[in-house]
Amino acid sequence: MQLSWDEREWNHSSRATLQKSDANFKIPVQDFQTDSDMSQEQTALVEVNNLRFSRGSRVIYDDISLKIPKGKVTAIMGPSGIGKTTLLKLIGGQLTPDKGEVLFDGQNIHKLSRNALFEARKRMSMLFQSGALFTDMNVFDNVAFALREHSELPEAIIRRIVLMKLQAVGLRGAAQLMPSELSGGMQRRAALARAIALEPEMVLYDEPFTGQDPISMGVLVKLIKDLSDALSLTSVVVSHDVSEVLSIADYVYVIAEQRIIAHGTPQQLRQSDNPQLRQFIDGEPDGPVPFHFPADAYKEELLGAHD
Amino acid sequence: MHMIDSITALGARAINLVRGMGQAGIMLWGALVQVPRVKKGTPLLIKQIYVVGVQSMIIVVVSGLFIGMVLALQGYTILVDFGTEQSLGPLVALSLLRELGPVVTALLFAGRAGSALTAELGLMKSTEQLSSLEMMAVDPLRQVIAPRFWAGLISMPLLSLMFVAVGVYGGYLVGVSWKGIDDGAFWSILQAAVEWRQDIVNCLIKSVVFAWVVTWISLYRGYHSTPNPEGISRATTQTVVQSSLAVLALDFLLTALMFG
Amino acid sequence: MTKKIELLVGLFLLAGLLAFLALVYKVANVDVSTSSDTYTLRAEFTNIGGLKVRSPVKVGGVVVGRVSAISLDPEKLEPVVTMTMDKQYDKFPETSSVSVLTSGLLGEQYLGLTPGFMDDGISILKDGDRIDDTHSAMVLEDLIGQFLYSSKDK
Repeated sequence: MQLSWDEREWNHSSRATLQKSDANFKIPVQDFQTDSDMSQEQTALVEVNNLRFSRGSRVIYDDISLKIPKGKVTAIMGPSGIGKTTLLKLIGGQLTPDKGEVLFDGQNIHKLSRNALFEARKRMSMLFQSGALFTDMNVFDNVAFALREHSELPEAIIRRIVLMKLQAVGLRGAAQLMPSELSGGMQRRAALARAIALEPEMVLYDEPFTGQDPISMGVLVKLIKDLSDALSLTSVVVSHDVSEVLSIADYVYVIAEQRIIAHGTPQQLRQSDNPQLRQFIDGEPDGPVPFHFPADAYKEELLGAHD
Repeated sequence: MHMIDSITALGARAINLVRGMGQAGIMLWGALVQVPRVKKGTPLLIKQIYVVGVQSMIIVVVSGLFIGMVLALQGYTILVDFGTEQSLGPLVALSLLRELGPVVTALLFAGRAGSALTAELGLMKSTEQLSSLEMMAVDPLRQVIAPRFWAGLISMPLLSLMFVAVGVYGGYLVGVSWKGIDDGAFWSILQAAVEWRQDIVNCLIKSVVFAWVVTWISLYRGYHSTPNPEGISRATTQTVVQSSLAVLALDFLLTALMFG
Repeated sequence: MTKKIELLVGLFLLAGLLAFLALVYKVANVDVSTSSDTYTLRAEFTNIGGLKVRSPVKVGGVVVGRVSAISLDPEKLEPVVTMTMDKQYDKFPETSSVSVLTSGLLGEQYLGLTPGFMDDGISILKDGDRIDDTHSAMVLEDLIGQFLYSSKDK
């Protein structure tokens, strides 16, 4: 057991160095803002095809398609309230679309039996916005939870894995604390340790930077980047924090008004002249996305007679 | 037009009611129809029996003592006028076993444990802990709902028995120690009146039925609550109101079936 | 922490069991030997008054059984009472009689069993047997009627 574990660790570090050595790979330059498929050399781990989803009468997504390449950080950006979290829940199979499909490693997530879906979910994990740590367990047990549920490993080995994951996020010293005793940023880091405990192939990050102070934000940015590289994880980051996302993402999709309005590498997005995109990236208060909620003409409503 | 609106509203309510019952049924089915996991399930169950049962014990025992004492005191003042104060034992024991034991325990349980279950589940939902279990490929029905349900079903009958036992003792304190009824007569008349099948088994049946209903309502209200503070507080209130009404209505039905 | 919870839950279950035993032995005073140690007898009456299921069957004030069913004979149109008797009292001769009696002036009605004489040709009542010698309940209205008639005759 001891030996195999060491071997496993060695694999990790070796993979990490490998990954770092070719970190300066060329992003294939491509025609940005066309509807043509990305001509990606890597295979896509997740494919979303012609997805349509609505809540009641409100349409959240109307015919969106995107690909999430293996081993890369893919960001999905967009203004608040357009249901970016919903997209992650669709990918994770927690919600069912009205139309279209989500393929995870070639399997249609929403056509899987419950058992097959659970098997697929063991290969992915999700970092929730609130952290979603189990409030009745301490940090150690939180991280150990999935290991105890799904692996038949003896407790001594689980303990080591948990401590290593906690070390990776810098919270080994907080193992015995309850989640309520941690700050928001530390909660999210603990949740990150829990998310990578089972060594998933893909991690879905739901708004990882929201409501963090600059230091925690920096820590999280670094962690997501480092973990993706070291474990060659496929990462999907949903966020509206433009600068942080652009600093770590390999590829970015921007969603607004139920559609994907732009996609490309961070560089391509920065240079784009699409007005809607510009407003979002530069954070201008008024533009194609209006400052005012749709209303009757101002003057008429002020001067108009009461009915 | 007004008429049609009212009919529409009635229809909407009916549809919601049926949908709610369907959701509650699916939830319980999913939680209970599982291959039991002894090794992983037992610690979860023990923890929930602690939360649901042990923590409700004090309020149930203290209430039982006082209700038994009050019952004896009121009964005594009436019975003594007819010279039949020795029938105090059966009066206290039978009222407790047949009605007050199961019913009051269920009401206290709904207020103490049921509302706590609803609030806890609502909070777990709003902090995405339930979603998080789903994403970790762990069924929340099995991990969260099932142990709580079984804990309620095990705890409440035990609490009812404690309530009755302590209540009878309270009656004994008032009747014998205070009012001076003969010790031997109190017990022998009581024992002659109380019967195993008719009284004790029926007490247990009632209490298991109430446990089922109260725990089910509490879990359903929490599991399907709107995940925000307002939704959770509304769900908690609904748990107490609906559990209490369900217990009282079912009690009438069961009493009619058992003693009618 | 977990040890403490386990201990408390153990105590809780124990307290529940204790309450159960207290109710069974102290309150209900159950003879654990129940169903197998009984036998049933039947008797027909013309009027059973306020007799109910679960009313006691007494011999000289000692409870020896309970009424387990009351029905109406469909042909004779007379009430039939089934009694469940305690096996330890199984030496009643078939000449015994039962009457519907009232405990006290306002009390509940019960069955009073009066053992009959023993003789050579007389057998002992067994499970399922019928007691022929029965006395129906006194009905207050009938009593008053009889009293009025008899006083008129004088």
